[in-house]
Amino acid sequence: MTIITEITLIAVVVSIACALPGVFLVLRGTTMVSDAITHTVLLGIVLAFFVTQDLNSPFLIVGATLMGVFTVWAIETLQHTKLLGDDAAIGVVFPLFFSIAIILITRYTGDIHLDQDTVLMGELAFAPFRRLTVFGIDIGARAFVTMMIILLVNVGFVTLFYKELKVTTFDAAFAAAVGFSPVLIYYGLMTLVSLTAVGAYDSVGSILVVGFMVGPGLTAYLLTHQLKKMIGLTVLFAAVNSIIGVRLAFAFDSSIAGMIAVVTGIVCLLAFTFSPRKGLIQNSLNRRKRQKEFNEKIKKVY
Amino acid sequence: MWDQITLLFKDYTFQIVALGTGFLGLLSGAIGTYATLKKESLLGDALSHSALPGIGIGFLIIQSKELTGLLIGATISGLIATAIIQLMSKKSSVKFDSALSLVLSSFFGLGLVIMTHIQGSPNAQQAGLDSFIFGQASAMLVRDVRLIAIIGTIIFLLVIVFWKEFKLFAFDSDFGRTLGFSGKFIEFLMSTMIVLTIILGLESVGVILVSALLIGPSVAARQWSNKLGVVLPLAGAIGFVSGISGTIISSIGNRIPTGPSIVVVLSIFVIFSLFFSPERGMIVKRSIHKKQQKNFMKQIKSLEKEHGK
Repeated sequence: MTIITEITLIAVVVSIACALPGVFLVLRGTTMVSDAITHTVLLGIVLAFFVTQDLNSPFLIVGATLMGVFTVWAIETLQHTKLLGDDAAIGVVFPLFFSIAIILITRYTGDIHLDQDTVLMGELAFAPFRRLTVFGIDIGARAFVTMMIILLVNVGFVTLFYKELKVTTFDAAFAAAVGFSPVLIYYGLMTLVSLTAVGAYDSVGSILVVGFMVGPGLTAYLLTHQLKKMIGLTVLFAAVNSIIGVRLAFAFDSSIAGMIAVVTGIVCLLAFTFSPRKGLIQNSLNRRKRQKEFNEKIKKVY
Repeated sequence: MWDQITLLFKDYTFQIVALGTGFLGLLSGAIGTYATLKKESLLGDALSHSALPGIGIGFLIIQSKELTGLLIGATISGLIATAIIQLMSKKSSVKFDSALSLVLSSFFGLGLVIMTHIQGSPNAQQAGLDSFIFGQASAMLVRDVRLIAIIGTIIFLLVIVFWKEFKLFAFDSDFGRTLGFSGKFIEFLMSTMIVLTIILGLESVGVILVSALLIGPSVAARQWSNKLGVVLPLAGAIGFVSGISGTIISSIGNRIPTGPSIVVVLSIFVIFSLFFSPERGMIVKRSIHKKQQKNFMKQIKSLEKEHGK
């Protein structure tokens, strides 16, 4: 396998793993909470590293994921006090956690094999060189194996709780009335989001993860009205975007994750402009048509 | 410790940096009040991330790190990003926060692509361009502080001249329009002020944390008063104090970056205000709630006695 194929493969797996929970974030309108999570898991990673002293430890992933869940709880608690706006609550919580993380990293940067740049921007180009060995046998790139496992967990969660996710997303009050717990499902989803963000940080970096989560889902949302189709399209766009992104990044000799984020943004803007159902052009055509009909009706009346 | 601080205040570099971050805190605290009132505080976050490609392209065009050129680039790309976000959320069923996160990450990605591309090129001047991501307050120069002071003064004059109009549009823009004020002009003025404030903060605090400077002070100040005439100056003061104390901490401490330490000081103000504000603070509210519960139980018990169970 050549390096570029292996990078593409890792990029595709990372993208799909991120995009899957993203579908529900887009539908619920909680994407900025996930943006906060992707920033704060950094603090989780640093704190967990102080305890485990090993960047490859599975406990690191667990600890960092818990920090993501704690972030969601902190934001929700602040929002419930009604002392500040919902968006201001997000904007107050994540900079604090993120700042503490940056201070810790800078202070102990000599002792930690973690530096700001890789954590925030990630580097897919190095991913194939970090191998995972079990009992001395090379079983693949670490990023690939980790993200594959996280992808499977995400697929498992979405298939197992498809009904619950659907009903709590579209009508939380109804869901509560029939006996589903919207809170439990919400926290489950957010746990997945932070698990995925933790897994993806060293290949994509913690800032771009949110684009990987939201972009494909939003593109699919603009193209269809059905949840199942939306999930299918999301996976498709995630894969296609990352394949194109990797190729372009090699052509321009630039950041791979950054290029995938750019491609994702462009594809989504294209869907936004040209979508046959909810697109910009179609909307303005519809409006003009309605205006015309209305004018004719008015003329008939007089 | 005290000697260290007095010595620090005599230090020229420190004076410049502290003055710069203090002004910056003052400005963003005051202007941020409008952003939080309009419930658009996260727009600042998206805006600052979107400024990155503008900085890169600005550098490619002028081939030097001349600050004004880079900031003009940052302003243009920030405004384009804002326009896309508004277009997406107003002209289609896309939710505001989805549009925010998409634009934020795509523009930031574009910024990284341009930066990494520049780093591959032989121009030696590019070193330090990525300091915009985390900010580097210690690199502040007198001319940077002068720039902040000049633009800050203009913005404050605008706030004083258009006080009534800004107030009206921050709270109820529809009502403002029915009264006959030009909505587009005022809204444009307000968002330009917010954009300029963010751009000024990029160099010292960095893309990721600059929005915190915009949101934090006004959230803290809001807990102590219901009047805009009090909240706005108070937010400015909180921003000013946080800016200076953050700089002091990072100068005294060993290897503590300035931007994050300003944010931590600021967050202490916010948390303190949320808990201890005398009228709406969480502690006061809880004790009121307990009192009400007690009174209610008393009433129930007296009713029980009256009716002999």
